[in-house]
Amino acid sequence: MTTDSARKDWMLAGGFALAILTMPVWLTPIGASYPDLLQKFAIFGIFAVGFNILFGLTGYLSFGHAAFLGAGSYAAMWAFKALSMNVLPAVLFGVLVAGLFALVIGFISLRRSGIYFSILTLAFAQMSYNLAYSVLTPITNGETGLQLSRSDPRILDSLFGTETGAGLPSTNLFGVEMSGYPGFYFCAVMLILCFVISMRIFRSPFGMKLRAIKSNQNRMNYLGFNTGPYTLAAFVISGMYAGLAGALMVATDPLAGAERMQWTASGEVVLMTILGGAGTLVGPILGACIIKYCENIFSAFNERMLSNAFSLLPDPVQHFLVVVINPFVGEGWHLTLGLVFVLIVIFLPGGLMEGIRRLSRIRLGGPGGGAKDKAPLPGMAEART
Amino acid sequence: MDAILLQIMNGLDKGGAYALIALGLTLIFGTLGVVNFAHGALFMLGAFCTVTLEKLLTLSQKIRDPNITFFAAYKEVPYLKIWFGETGQTIIDYSVPLSILLVIPVMLLIGIAMERGLIRYFYRRPHAEQILVTFGLAIVLQETVKAIFGANPIPVPAPPLVSGSADIGAMFGLGPGLAYPWWRLVYLGFSVVIIGGVFAFLQFTTYGMVVRAGMRDRETVGLLGINIRKRFTIVFGLAAVVAGLAGAMYTPILPPDYHMGMDFLVLSFIVVVVGGMGSLGGAVLAGFLLGILQSFASMNEVKAIIPGIDQIIIYLIAVIILLATPRGLMGRKGVMED
Repeated sequence: MTTDSARKDWMLAGGFALAILTMPVWLTPIGASYPDLLQKFAIFGIFAVGFNILFGLTGYLSFGHAAFLGAGSYAAMWAFKALSMNVLPAVLFGVLVAGLFALVIGFISLRRSGIYFSILTLAFAQMSYNLAYSVLTPITNGETGLQLSRSDPRILDSLFGTETGAGLPSTNLFGVEMSGYPGFYFCAVMLILCFVISMRIFRSPFGMKLRAIKSNQNRMNYLGFNTGPYTLAAFVISGMYAGLAGALMVATDPLAGAERMQWTASGEVVLMTILGGAGTLVGPILGACIIKYCENIFSAFNERMLSNAFSLLPDPVQHFLVVVINPFVGEGWHLTLGLVFVLIVIFLPGGLMEGIRRLSRIRLGGPGGGAKDKAPLPGMAEART
Repeated sequence: MDAILLQIMNGLDKGGAYALIALGLTLIFGTLGVVNFAHGALFMLGAFCTVTLEKLLTLSQKIRDPNITFFAAYKEVPYLKIWFGETGQTIIDYSVPLSILLVIPVMLLIGIAMERGLIRYFYRRPHAEQILVTFGLAIVLQETVKAIFGANPIPVPAPPLVSGSADIGAMFGLGPGLAYPWWRLVYLGFSVVIIGGVFAFLQFTTYGMVVRAGMRDRETVGLLGINIRKRFTIVFGLAAVVAGLAGAMYTPILPPDYHMGMDFLVLSFIVVVVGGMGSLGGAVLAGFLLGILQSFASMNEVKAIIPGIDQIIIYLIAVIILLATPRGLMGRKGVMED
C-alpha cells in the first residue's frame, strides 16, 4: 500500500467523520434532523457496515444477522440492570456476548456454503427468536420485552453511590444522558470508529483474502490457504458489529424485545447493504440511511398531505397523481421499497454506489474517455471505495 | 395411543401444505436452477384467489327484511341467492372447492408471467442475486395484496358438509372421543392427490419425461433439439399452480393474511433442504416428516421433558441434518455443492 492511497483513505475517513457529525445541520432541509432518526441512521449504519464485512467481502449471505442484534440488545440490557447505567460497560458486554454467540453459530454454519449457509443462519436466528419468546422468558421477559426497573441491583452504581433519584434511571455516559443529541453523537462516534475499522479491514491483507474467498474459494484452498478461520473471523467481526448496534439501540431507548431477532429484521439489513452497494465502504451506510429515512418520512405521508403537495396543479391532474401515488406512501411504503429493491438487483447489482460511479464516469470520461473503462477487471470496481 | 394418532393426523395436514410448497420449490430449483424466495407469496396469492372468489360470490344487495314489520330493517342478501335461490346458496357454500377452477388458470398465468418477465434474466446470475430478486418480488406481491385486502386475516368458511368434526376414533375402531376436523382430512386427501398428480405427470407423460431429462442434464436435452426453455416455463407455471392450490385449500384452516406466505416460505425452504435440494421425493417426505414431528413436539408430554422444543424442533432437525448429511435425506450428488 503506497502512502498516497493511505493518505487518501485517511482523507476519506476524515470527510466521513465530518459528514456524520454535521448530519444534524445538513439534513435539516429534508426534515430528517431530529435525534431519534439520526440515532437510527447511525445504529443501522453500524449494523449494515458489519453485515457488509461478511457479505460484501466473503460473499456469504447470512439471513440470520438479526439474532446477533438481539443478543447484543439483551446483553446490554442486562449490563444496565446488573452493573451500571453507564453505557460503556453495556456496549462492551453487548459486543462480547454477540461475538461469542456469532462464534458458536458461525463455527457450525460455516461448514456449509451457498444457500445451505443462508438456510442454516436463518434456522439459528429463528430458533433464537422462538426461544426468546418461549423458554428463555426469565432472561428475555418474553413478549413484554426486557425493561429497566427501580429494583435492579446495578452493582457498580451502588458501589460508587450514584443516586438515581425518583423514577426510572436513564442511561448515561458519565452523567450525560443518552437521549436526544448526546445519544446521537455517541452513536455517531461509534459509527465513525466502526467505519475506520472496516476501512482498515478492507485495505488489509486479511480483507484481500476475504475478497479472494468470494471470487474463488477453491483456488484459495489449492493455494494452501485454510479459508475456515478467515470466514469465521469475518463472521464473528460482523456479529460483533451487529451486537454493538443492538447495544446502542437499548442505550438510546432502554427496551429489548424479541421481534428484533425475527428474520424480517435480518432481511432488512440485507436490503440496506444491497441498496447502498455490497462490498463498498460507504454504500451500506447510505443504504441504511435511505431506508430508515423513507421508513420515517414516507410512512408518515397520507392522502391529505399528497393533495396539499399537488394543490398547485389542475384538479384532475392532482386527483390522478394522488390516486396513483397514494398506494406507494404511508402504509404502503414497503411496496415502494420492494419495487426499488427489485429494480436495483436487476439493473444495478452493485447498488447505489455503482450508480454514482457510473454517473461520475460518464461525466468525467465523456465520449472519448470511455475506452479505458470498456473492460474493467472483475473485482477492480470493488477494490475502490 | 389415541393421542399419538391424533398428533400424527395433526401433523399430516400441515405437512401436506409444507410438502406442496416444497414440491414446487424443488421443481423450480431442479429445472431452472433458481432459488425462488417468492414461492411463499404464490401460496398466499392462491389463498387470496379464494378470498376474491368468495367475495365476488357473496356480493350482496340490501333488501327489506319482511319478517320485521314495525321498522324498516334491511338485510344483506347475496345476488346469487336472489337470482338462483337455494342453488345460489349452495354455490356460495362451496366457494372454496370452486375456487380451484379459478386458481388453476390464474396461477398458471402469474407463474408464466413471473418466469418470462423476471426470473429468466437471472438464470446465469449467482444464487445470492436470485434469492435477493425473488425476495424483493415477494415483498412487492405481499404489499400489493395488503394494499388491496388490508392487513387483517380474512376468514373463509369451509363447505357446511365438511365443516364439522369427523369421528375418526369410530372409523378406526379405537373408541370414541377422537374427533378431527373434516376439512383437515379433506386437505390431507387433496394434497396427496395433487402430489400424486404431479408425480404421475412427470413419470408417465412424454412431457414429464423431457422435464425429468432436463433436470438431469439441460444441455444434452437442448442439443437433442428440444426447446427446453419453453418446457421449463410451463414447469414454473405448474409449480405456481401447485403452490396456489395449496394456499387456496388452506384458507378454511388458516384465515389468510398478507404475510402468511413468508411464514410458510421459511419452513418450506427448510423442508426442501432437509429433503435434499432437487429431490422431489425428498421434499414430500421431509414435508410430512417435519409436519408430524412439529405436532409431536407440541404435545404436553414432550414439552414437559424438553421445554421449548415445540418452538425449535424444525430448525433443530434442519441443522442436524445439514451438518450430518449435507445433501439432505434424498439429495443427489452434485446439486448445489459449490
